[in-house]
Amino acid sequence: MIAFLIKRLFHALLVMFVISLIAFAIQDNLGDPVQQLVGQSVPESERDALRDELGLNDPFITQYLRFAGNALHFDFGYSYVFNQPTTEVILRHLPATLELVAATTVLIILLSVPIGVYSAIKPRAWLSRFFMGVSIIGISIPVFLTAIVLIQLFAIGVSWTPFPTDTGWGQWLNDLVSTNGGMPAYGRGDPVHVLGTWYTNFASIKGLSYLILPAVSLASIMLPLFIRLIRAEMLEVLQSDYIKFARAKGLSPQRIYFLHALKNTMLPVITVGGVQIGTLVAYTILTETVFQWPGVGLMFLNAIERSDIPLIVTYLVIVGLIFTITNTLVDLIYGLVNPTVKLTGKPA
Amino acid sequence: MSSATSSPPSIRERLNDSWLWYSFKRDPVAQLSLLVFIFMVAAAFLAPWISPADPYDLAQIDIMASELPPFWVDGSEPDYLLGTDSQGRDMLSTILYGTRVSLIIGFGAVALQAALGVCFGLLAGYKGGKIDAFLMRLADIQLSFSTLMVAIIVGALFKAVFGGVTYNTYAVPLLVLIIGLAEWPQYARTVRASVLAERGKEYVDAARVMGLSSVRIMFRHILPNTLSPIFVISTVQVANAIISEAALSFLGLGMPETQPSLGSLIKSGFDYLQSGSWWITLVPGLVLVILVLVINLLGDWLRDVLNPRLYKG
Repeated sequence: MIAFLIKRLFHALLVMFVISLIAFAIQDNLGDPVQQLVGQSVPESERDALRDELGLNDPFITQYLRFAGNALHFDFGYSYVFNQPTTEVILRHLPATLELVAATTVLIILLSVPIGVYSAIKPRAWLSRFFMGVSIIGISIPVFLTAIVLIQLFAIGVSWTPFPTDTGWGQWLNDLVSTNGGMPAYGRGDPVHVLGTWYTNFASIKGLSYLILPAVSLASIMLPLFIRLIRAEMLEVLQSDYIKFARAKGLSPQRIYFLHALKNTMLPVITVGGVQIGTLVAYTILTETVFQWPGVGLMFLNAIERSDIPLIVTYLVIVGLIFTITNTLVDLIYGLVNPTVKLTGKPA
Repeated sequence: MSSATSSPPSIRERLNDSWLWYSFKRDPVAQLSLLVFIFMVAAAFLAPWISPADPYDLAQIDIMASELPPFWVDGSEPDYLLGTDSQGRDMLSTILYGTRVSLIIGFGAVALQAALGVCFGLLAGYKGGKIDAFLMRLADIQLSFSTLMVAIIVGALFKAVFGGVTYNTYAVPLLVLIIGLAEWPQYARTVRASVLAERGKEYVDAARVMGLSSVRIMFRHILPNTLSPIFVISTVQVANAIISEAALSFLGLGMPETQPSLGSLIKSGFDYLQSGSWWITLVPGLVLVILVLVINLLGDWLRDVLNPRLYKG
């Protein structure tokens, strides 16, 4: 176990080393700090002097070591656009993304577990077939499109009049298929200040209303994956001998399903779920773009558009760090719980 | 034509007897999906001949006819079946051309990732040892970052390196490259798993004893026996590549609006959603969803049919 631990930690360090090399290569080749510091009229000789002073003419290794040393203190320089340390900019945008991810996770857990378990217990029921059908359609709809449809339905509103309007029931049916709109679909509204750079949307009903559409969109793309995963795992567990034995013993079905089977279903689901963090981060960029949610995803996209190299580099390193930590933890948990199972990455 | 009974059956006979054809005949969902898919591909690639207008030709665009709704909404014009966008381009034509761009990038990216993935997978599975450990670790790391994230990062870097104008000019090959580079691990893993199963079999030993080169054994002997899993993931990967391209275009890292794919059509229409012109974004969106859905349904069917466990069990 200790050997496994050390090996995994070594891997994690190696990955972070590669990420830092890539990040440094970007910083080194794309960003010219001198260009950013001085105006057009500064002559070439002064620029060279400044380059020497800043250490930009040092050999590659020296420059990389300086970069890595600063990176260990989370010092990645100043953002060109915000003119603040990049880590401060990211810290300011991070709570918005974390709250969005937290709300999404709650939605996913509350919905995927009951649906997945139900469709495993009753695989032939029409409701299970319906859920499976909806989940393949869900996989086929890109997250930004779900978001756009939600905005059209619940923020702008749709009025359909397929039924005659001159009768009472026709009007009632028309109201039924139409939506009012009015849900907020732009930004975070007025979040409540909690601590430092942390403003929360969870403190008021109005704040929560801003969170609903982005969280539902983000959950909609991850849900089908988890429903299918839980269903597949549960189906497999229900075939195993200890479940058959529990049935033979005469335990109540509820006890078998929710106590004995669910435990063994959830362990692989939780660990595979950890690996999906990467996918979730990619989808937050898309969701935040549609809803103009002021999180790190939108910040990253704006940084690309404005060529804010230090901010891009910092984002890459921090996201890489989050991925590496979660993946190492997931690997360790997996190794602890079930050493025989091979980790497989699911397609995005 | 076959006169002797011992002659091998023709391709047509083999297809008629095959399990694939048998199950296809009994699966209405697969038939419908294939029909819709063929229709969409044909319509997309015949776009220059069948579309009512050329969206790339500025002379054909009438700004006065902008933001017209599709035919089932009041205020539509019969000339524009699916309405027009904010610049007066005919939506049906832009969608046909856009589907073609999406399909070209989707198939191109899958061809590239299949080529990379098959080579790396064969190499890792057949050679084993250090090469295997290195390639699979690389695949693990890349997959743990998720393919879409890798594509977004590589796209962002390419855009920063080449600058917006060059990036837009070479958007098609660059997107093929980005998505191909991001998704090769899927193939490499699948191929490697099949190679590991094939490597110990007698025919491989026989080929090795005969003194054939490893390259020949890998590509001529082992590869044909790993084709069915490659076939299965290829369908799903085409759907994934089309979605990735749409996502990149939506983020502004894909096709420019002058040469739109389905993703960039959705993006350019999104700005007009609040003004009530929902069709500019939702009609291309619907086309994208149907395209991806039929490919996914075909992939599901193919996986069920070609899965050896289900077939024999």
